[in-house]
Amino acid sequence: MSDTILKITDLRVNYGGIEAVKGISFDVPEGKIVTLIGANGAGKSSTLRTISGLVKPKSGKIEFKGQDITGKDPTSIMQGGITLVPEGRRIFPDLTVQENLRVGAYIRKDDISGDLDWVYGLFPRLKERSWQAGGTLSGGEQQMLAVARALMSRPKIIMMDEPSLGLAPLIVRDIFAIIREINRQGVTVLLIEQNANMALKTADIGYVLETGIITLRGTGAELLANESVKDAYLGT
Amino acid sequence: MGKKLNNALNASMRNPLNADRRTDRFVGIVLLAVLYIVLFLLDNFLPQTSFTLMMIPVLKKGAIYSLLCVSMNLLNGFTGLFSLGQAGFMLLGAYTYAIFSIPESQHEAVYQYFGGGAVRFSFSEAIGSVLGANAGSWLGAIIAIIIAGLVAAGFAALIGIPVLRLKSDYLAIATLGFAEIIRAVFQWEGLGVITNGSNLLRKYTSFSNMKIGSLSFATLFPFLIVTVCIALIVLLINSSYGRAFKAIRDDEVAAEAMGINLFRHKMLSFVISSFFAGVGGALLAMYQTTIQAAAFKTAMTYEILLMVVIGGIGSISGSCIAAFLYTACNEWWLRFLDSGHLGSLSVPFFRDGFRKVIFSIIIMVIVLFFSRGIMGDRELSFTGLMKRRKAKKTAQPEERGSENA
Repeated sequence: MSDTILKITDLRVNYGGIEAVKGISFDVPEGKIVTLIGANGAGKSSTLRTISGLVKPKSGKIEFKGQDITGKDPTSIMQGGITLVPEGRRIFPDLTVQENLRVGAYIRKDDISGDLDWVYGLFPRLKERSWQAGGTLSGGEQQMLAVARALMSRPKIIMMDEPSLGLAPLIVRDIFAIIREINRQGVTVLLIEQNANMALKTADIGYVLETGIITLRGTGAELLANESVKDAYLGT
Repeated sequence: MGKKLNNALNASMRNPLNADRRTDRFVGIVLLAVLYIVLFLLDNFLPQTSFTLMMIPVLKKGAIYSLLCVSMNLLNGFTGLFSLGQAGFMLLGAYTYAIFSIPESQHEAVYQYFGGGAVRFSFSEAIGSVLGANAGSWLGAIIAIIIAGLVAAGFAALIGIPVLRLKSDYLAIATLGFAEIIRAVFQWEGLGVITNGSNLLRKYTSFSNMKIGSLSFATLFPFLIVTVCIALIVLLINSSYGRAFKAIRDDEVAAEAMGINLFRHKMLSFVISSFFAGVGGALLAMYQTTIQAAAFKTAMTYEILLMVVIGGIGSISGSCIAAFLYTACNEWWLRFLDSGHLGSLSVPFFRDGFRKVIFSIIIMVIVLFFSRGIMGDRELSFTGLMKRRKAKKTAQPEERGSENA
């Protein structure tokens, strides 16, 4: 059993006047792919935004490598090694692909040329488009840029908020292949998805989130076989 | 069809190959040196004609407005903060410069209603008494200009704390309000011993004091200061801070998720932009030889904003081009429209103010045809121009072909 790198205990988050997350607890083991699945408004995004420090929790505890990082600012959380690929890609449209990547490495003061080569190796399409403005890329390429940009900070954990949103099935498959590849290279992945089928097939561990609480936990395969998950999220 | 070409062109123009960058830098330095030499000759050796008499003030003012536009562009174009406080920071700079540059002997005359004023210290004079009058003018002016920038930057830091938490229009309104308050405060008689109330400040060191021996640097001086300042801003924009500014402009949420501290970077951009607005204000004071707080109205901010928009939001070279074109049209090229006659012909509607009518129409036409300004968000570069010419030549037959198809 691998060590827990991220531990969430009884996390509660208020967002826009309502309690979006109502006391959830879960662990992310190092080197695994963990997914939170759930419908719109289940509190998935709020959870990720809270872990990355963009939103302050009402109560609860977030521990990263044994250290309490609850309520810290996004910059120091990112410096610690947690990166968020925000929902809806949110690349910088007027910056070139390379500038986007350099901004991703903003918190680092060391030499990043090796990492540029690394992400260009993972995403050869981005290398071809290195001098194009981010906004001129296609949706799939923008998602790849968003992932590549996040990798530029050399995270221990990469958190992805609905990377498959609004993409064609073929491209979704590419994205998930990349997610597995990143994981194979040693980066822990915390993934939230509405596309439960793809997410559970990819993930080692899955949690089902419903209206702010975790209702199910299991390996990806277990949840895929679970009747209630099938009914609610897999549409079979 | 043209779009694809444009995209390719855009990409090639954004791609600063190292060799291209070196060529551009070399060409830039050569052009700048030529410009300096021409201005030096204009100041000293070329005969004054009615042409140069019109041109030289336009050059000086154009240079000063270039800096003011670039400083506004840093904030509005590169950081995406819509601030309208420019005139306020210029006023702070202009007054700071003037107050510390009026020689002791002139105080009684300038502050005649306020017993000669409270600040009786002039950098030019203090340094001049040690190193000679010319060195005093140069060093004194440069020190006073820097202090002018620092005072503007200091005020920016103070008001930035509450104001920069506001977004878009609200930020514009708050900064506009700040500029108006500053203007009112500087006209208040209660501060008259420092600001001379609503009266003029004058007799301070101006461009015509910039001499070495008997050689004049009256036009070259503002260009020297402005080019140094703009070069510093360009360096900033091309640094990792500049990239962070642009990231904030493009998407605040994503920028924050990348670990960029929004408030710190907005503050940095605001303070630096205001510093250069203060420097620009000081230069404007030198250019005008007299200043009065009443002149620093919001209209001045709008004028600069207009130049930034015409030049292209997010383009340094666009801002400079627009500043010179605007100044030249406004103060020189369109003057004939106010003169009442065209050549020897008398034209009845060519009278005072007609120039402004035509000028407004020209601006509307420019904005209609260049919706993103003359330069968009691109920069003028020698290698870029060369590539464009080459690309046009090779692309033309191809384009015609696809039009037929």
